[in-house]
Amino acid sequence: MTRKRRRLVLIGGGLVVLAIAVALMLNAFRDAIVFFNSPTDVAEKHIAPGTRIRLGGMVKTGTLERGDNLKVRFEVTDGSRDMAVAYQGVLPDLFREGQGVVAEGTLDAAGVFKADTILAKHDETYMPKEVADALKKSGHWKDDYGQRAAVPVAGARK
Amino acid sequence: MIAELGHYALILALGLALIQGTLPIVGLRSGDATLVGMAVPTALAQFFFVAFAFAALAVCYATSDFSVLNVYENSNSAMPLIYRLTSVWGNHEGSMMLWVFILTLFGASVAAFGGNLPASLRVNALAVQAWIAAAFHLFIVATSNPFLRIADAPFEGRDLNPILQDPGLAFHPPFLYLGYVGFSIAFSFAIAALLEGRIDAAWARWVRPWVLGAWMCLTLGIAGGSYWAYYELGWGGFWFWDPVENASLMPWLAGTALLHSAVVMEKRGALKVWTILLAIIAFSLSLIGTFLVRSGVLTSVHAFATDPTRGVFILAILILFIGGALSLYAWRAPLLKQGGLFAPISREGALVLNNLFLTTACATVFVGTLYPLALEALTGAKISVGAPFFNATFVPLMVPVLVAMPFGPLLGWKRGDLVGATQRLLAALMLAAVAVAAGFALQHGGPVLAPFGVGLAVFVMAGALIDIAERTMVLRVPLGSALRRAAGLPRSAWGTALAHFGMGVTLMGIVGVTAWGGERIAALKPGEAIDISHYRLTFDGLLQRPGPNYRDVVGHFTVRRASGDLVGAMEPSRRSFPSRNMATTEAALMTRGLSQIYLSLGDPTPDGAVPVHLYFKPQVLMIWLGAVIMFVGGGLSLSDRRLRIGAPRPAKAPAALQAAE
Repeated sequence: MTRKRRRLVLIGGGLVVLAIAVALMLNAFRDAIVFFNSPTDVAEKHIAPGTRIRLGGMVKTGTLERGDNLKVRFEVTDGSRDMAVAYQGVLPDLFREGQGVVAEGTLDAAGVFKADTILAKHDETYMPKEVADALKKSGHWKDDYGQRAAVPVAGARK
Repeated sequence: MIAELGHYALILALGLALIQGTLPIVGLRSGDATLVGMAVPTALAQFFFVAFAFAALAVCYATSDFSVLNVYENSNSAMPLIYRLTSVWGNHEGSMMLWVFILTLFGASVAAFGGNLPASLRVNALAVQAWIAAAFHLFIVATSNPFLRIADAPFEGRDLNPILQDPGLAFHPPFLYLGYVGFSIAFSFAIAALLEGRIDAAWARWVRPWVLGAWMCLTLGIAGGSYWAYYELGWGGFWFWDPVENASLMPWLAGTALLHSAVVMEKRGALKVWTILLAIIAFSLSLIGTFLVRSGVLTSVHAFATDPTRGVFILAILILFIGGALSLYAWRAPLLKQGGLFAPISREGALVLNNLFLTTACATVFVGTLYPLALEALTGAKISVGAPFFNATFVPLMVPVLVAMPFGPLLGWKRGDLVGATQRLLAALMLAAVAVAAGFALQHGGPVLAPFGVGLAVFVMAGALIDIAERTMVLRVPLGSALRRAAGLPRSAWGTALAHFGMGVTLMGIVGVTAWGGERIAALKPGEAIDISHYRLTFDGLLQRPGPNYRDVVGHFTVRRASGDLVGAMEPSRRSFPSRNMATTEAALMTRGLSQIYLSLGDPTPDGAVPVHLYFKPQVLMIWLGAVIMFVGGGLSLSDRRLRIGAPRPAKAPAALQAAE
């Protein structure tokens, strides 16, 4: 095999692998990524039930209800609109009313957001960045949100 | 005082790095032996001063000197000494100190043990190393000084983030950094070779031990981080495709490719241009990883704008070194001479295949990690790219690598015999087929692909064993003679087989835990029980237990077999840290063979029940066990006489040994 043919084989092989990778990625980008939305976004974009999204905002104070078997319901608000969320499972360490939250799941036909994952970043500021941005966008951001870590929250737990 | 001395030592190290990066090069051009001779002592002195600065910071932490801002923010006098020391690198400034400490350690090792390198290569490599060091010294001094004082020293520190107060964090970052920064040596040698415009097989021989060492540490560092996340974050996952994790996986993939292409270059003189490029890429990805983790760009594209100095500074370092290196590569690489020829079906061909797929897989991780950042910067849309993306891209690209893995070592150099290799792998193929069949027979309701995953893992492991069996001719010659052959095998052959075997073990663990893991969620009151797999856990009650700087609420569970035999007790807890007003979940693990029962607690509900999250993790320990085996394999290979650092020997004798396979 000559040097030139060897190089052609190598480059050809490389291009084939690269093409496969690009095809896989384009395919995955169509199905496997999840967009972030605030309750206002969900209402304005008319997101169809069954579409997988991330919903972010604040857990509205006084809305957390615990049911049997670790079922919980609460409302997520961005200040302008609220949205009901249903979840079953153990809530993360940093979940509490009045704090930021990101939930991943789908809308059901009744307009309730069925979350299968509740994310609480292990972040000292207790504020997921998407939530902070969404609050800023809707004009409900307060400057002390970022400093929550320093404020005693005793009693909020339990 | 000690903090000021540390600060001063760091500035001295910066000055020394600048000298080391310029004067010896000038000396090389002008033929001034005195200037050239400065490279080694400055590299050693630079290491000494950085080590001094690092030790100074450690002393500030050990003595809880809260007049130092960095100590105040990240330590607490109630913490045990070990965590006071590990909190040195549990924060931004301190971890950058660890970074330069390891960087200069490597620079000093090249200076100290590189006596048999060609003088110009060593001087050029040390100069490049010095430029990297200078950039990071400057970064620390200008934007991330750990030695800043507070005018009114507080009485108590703010404590280390509780989830970092863990033995896993004591060793995970140093190993990760040894890996990241270790690739800087390959990078420096690559740049030095490009500057000289000359490269030969001996280059690969010098660089390979460094790459191997870095790769070993990175393997262990990633595995350590994965195990830490598994038991500390309380979610029971071993890999989250989190950008921070991806940042460490990318250099590992590129480094693995580099390790294999360097073999081709060393043995056959081929793939030189590609190997140089991989050396540049591996360290560039380490730099990008540092940038991603350290600039704050991951937590927020906007935090980047509010505190821009650090991010912009690292970005500048990134552009300077990666851009500079790639430009130099584009300019000089065509000058490098071509190497030996080989057929597509050959050992070289197999290694090229490995490189193609590993680098492409690395590229998919790169795209998946950076695409959300790019999309948000360009359009403002926020997306998350998680496990589904990587399962659909990275995993299919790794399958061919794993399938080809057992074939590679059985193919001859230059021109291989695929049919012969397949015949020799017949036993492994049959074992794999049996494993697939057994998987289908035994599993009920698991994923269809899982038995094939098990088959692949068995094939990889059996292939590694066959590699050794073929080399020792065990079963074909009398046992004594096979043992003699085994003793005579180069340690690097054992290392290869062991590392490949380890990969199979890890794969087996991943398949097992992903496909057949069980999960239960329930709220339990004292006396109630929950079943998982063959076990029944009874909740006995909650008790309080104070710790040095925290308070534990411990749940006591009795574990029994379904048959009623007592197995033991599990005590997961919720740990609250008053100094930070944070709570963490301390999961309880019970090891049964290679599997684990994993139990974590939620917050008790008002009616007195405790939410529990219970998992059964079959074969989960194999994931990390495989990484340890890979580490040991790397170590065996590193201890091979031919590869030992500082003892390169002429290629002739060992090459002849290899040809006899």
